[in-house]
Amino acid sequence: MDLLVGQLFTGLSTGSILLLAALGLSLTFGQMGVVNMAHGEFIMAGCYTAYVVQQAVGDAGASLLIALPAGFLVGGAMGLVLETLLIRRLYHRPLDTLLVTFGVGLILQQAARDVFGAPAVNVSVPEALRGGVDLLGVTVPRTRLFIMALAVVAVTAVALVLRFTPAGRRIRAVVGNRDLAETAGISSRSVDAATFFIGSGLAGVAGVALTLIGSTSPTTGQSYLVDAFLVVVAGGLGRIKGAVVAAVALGALQAVFETYSTASLAKVGVFIVIVVFLQLRPQGLFTLRTRSLA
Amino acid sequence: MPLRSKPKARDLARALAATAALAGLVATTACGSRAGEETAATESCVDTSGDTVKVGSLNSLSGTMAISETTVRDAIALAVAEVNAAGGVQGKQIEIVAEDGASEPTVFAEKAEKLIREDCVAAVFGGWTSASRKAMLPVFEDNDSLLYYPVQYEGLEASENIFYTGATTNQQIIPALDYLVETGVESLYLVGSDYVFPRTANAIINAYAEAHGIEVLGEDYVTLGSTEFSTIVNQVKAADADAVFNTLNGDSNVAFFREYANVGLTAEDMPVMSVSIAEEEVGGIGVENIEGQLAAWNYYQTVDSPANTAFVEAFKAEYGADRVTSDPMEAAYNSVHLWAATVEKAGSFAVEDVQAAADGVSFDSPEGTVVIDGDNHHVTKTARIGRIDADGLLYTVWESDGPIEPDPFLEGYDWAADLSVTE
Repeated sequence: MDLLVGQLFTGLSTGSILLLAALGLSLTFGQMGVVNMAHGEFIMAGCYTAYVVQQAVGDAGASLLIALPAGFLVGGAMGLVLETLLIRRLYHRPLDTLLVTFGVGLILQQAARDVFGAPAVNVSVPEALRGGVDLLGVTVPRTRLFIMALAVVAVTAVALVLRFTPAGRRIRAVVGNRDLAETAGISSRSVDAATFFIGSGLAGVAGVALTLIGSTSPTTGQSYLVDAFLVVVAGGLGRIKGAVVAAVALGALQAVFETYSTASLAKVGVFIVIVVFLQLRPQGLFTLRTRSLA
Repeated sequence: MPLRSKPKARDLARALAATAALAGLVATTACGSRAGEETAATESCVDTSGDTVKVGSLNSLSGTMAISETTVRDAIALAVAEVNAAGGVQGKQIEIVAEDGASEPTVFAEKAEKLIREDCVAAVFGGWTSASRKAMLPVFEDNDSLLYYPVQYEGLEASENIFYTGATTNQQIIPALDYLVETGVESLYLVGSDYVFPRTANAIINAYAEAHGIEVLGEDYVTLGSTEFSTIVNQVKAADADAVFNTLNGDSNVAFFREYANVGLTAEDMPVMSVSIAEEEVGGIGVENIEGQLAAWNYYQTVDSPANTAFVEAFKAEYGADRVTSDPMEAAYNSVHLWAATVEKAGSFAVEDVQAAADGVSFDSPEGTVVIDGDNHHVTKTARIGRIDADGLLYTVWESDGPIEPDPFLEGYDWAADLSVTE
């Protein structure tokens, strides 16, 4: 029983990792409808930002604090460039967007390999985050607690920006009805660019945080991409709330399944649940009511 | 990815369908790549009339395996340079034709075909994953050409057209188990990636455990590249086994060892024996997370022999002082020298002459003298258990009494009788 309770906590932690990886995507894919296959590579760019900052600064604790905003800027800048140069020109061609961003992802992977070398690099975990804390019969690593806290902060920040700032209002207006928003004087181009900047920046932040638990190699981002899409689709497009609930639910499902079977089988179980769920509720957990005619 | 979802916007549904189309496209091209292999070449096109001879170097230079295989490519190039500096093979200088296997077994098969048919190479060196070897095997057999495969693997194979210069199971896994038993281990927890090598290795470990009274407390697999280990590590901790046997491959090791250290498990209370972690991987994991843990190989950079000192010095001089040498690199380096020695002995580059002359060919390698077994095309190897030290290198804590004869089908072990028949 203790193990089960503990596993639920593990699920929460797994969920927060999923959420961090998926949060940026829930903006670019969920809000804007851009299928960005290079999202994983933005996460990878965040990982390498953490590595570069650590090489420059030395102290693991200080470098983590610098790397988090730096990762946001690096990811965001890459997203902005991608949006301006390519995605903007392909807004009504989803198939082409998918292929182009897939290709960009491969180019970024190879670029990372050329710059940093193929072997994984090591990003040291700050002394304060090493070791674990005993909670309900399981030892929870401090790094995971940090990621949970970071996920909460990131979601809160995104929610506040969307709800209370003028920029956030404009984003919501464009998502709700692009034509009407434009008629009201909102430049949907600059809103798209801003949304993509924030979404990609969040991928960078996720990358920095994920160096605490995973490896940093050119293919790091790929392993998170599918999970991130799952979270956004299951949660319902366009809803941050949906991404939060879906991430935690998927994390908990994975953890519980894993307790009673093996990790690969648990993955299969989670996929089956998602397939069945989407059969019953194709729009995902939460739907966004809009006035657009699409 | 669930493709059944019907997002609000039609565009999105189309985009998701396109994902399926893309996946389908990849699958189709992958299947298509084997077309044309059916017409086996009867005549080899290897040209030995000039003063050079070509060999192939086929390694993943892109994709997920590039992390490991680029190091093997470097070792092959070093060995070729050495052979050339010493006058070449049969008086001919060796010329490398390099190809990228791209971490895709089908690409390996395709490139192998290209190297044999178009570049007319005398032999090919490379391959890493068992999947890549299995994909290349029919190509080398159909074209009657030679592959030197330099990585430890799960055994149960012996092709006339492949020379296996890495360890088979009785030269790595079984000695590792012997060592654990010797140190008083009575229970094990098995953790591995979900593919052929860990599954086969764990089948052998289970059979061994049953015969030697060791209790296997758990057996877990994760998908290749997975970084989610909290559940597994908590279960390992709860099981409280004497040791963990780790057959994880690639990036997963990083996440596993970080989680392992974070929940407070150490090499003192539950050592981890790994079979896929060498010098190259320790850097990526972070030595602070893995210090004191064990590994089973045949070679470490720290092996004390004149041949190894020369190898390490030559490698660092060529590729930089910060580079390390590892077991698969050393096996690849040996491959080239073994091939050259076999050709010299046979007095010919022809495949049937090399096959006929291979038995007993030896090379004074960095790990010790290795000798080709003409029957199963494997080589004798000394098993070594290494301990990872704070400097990121592995130091031998135990080694077998001399080289172990290769036994890929484990015919010399009664308890393994049931294993050899099942693939």
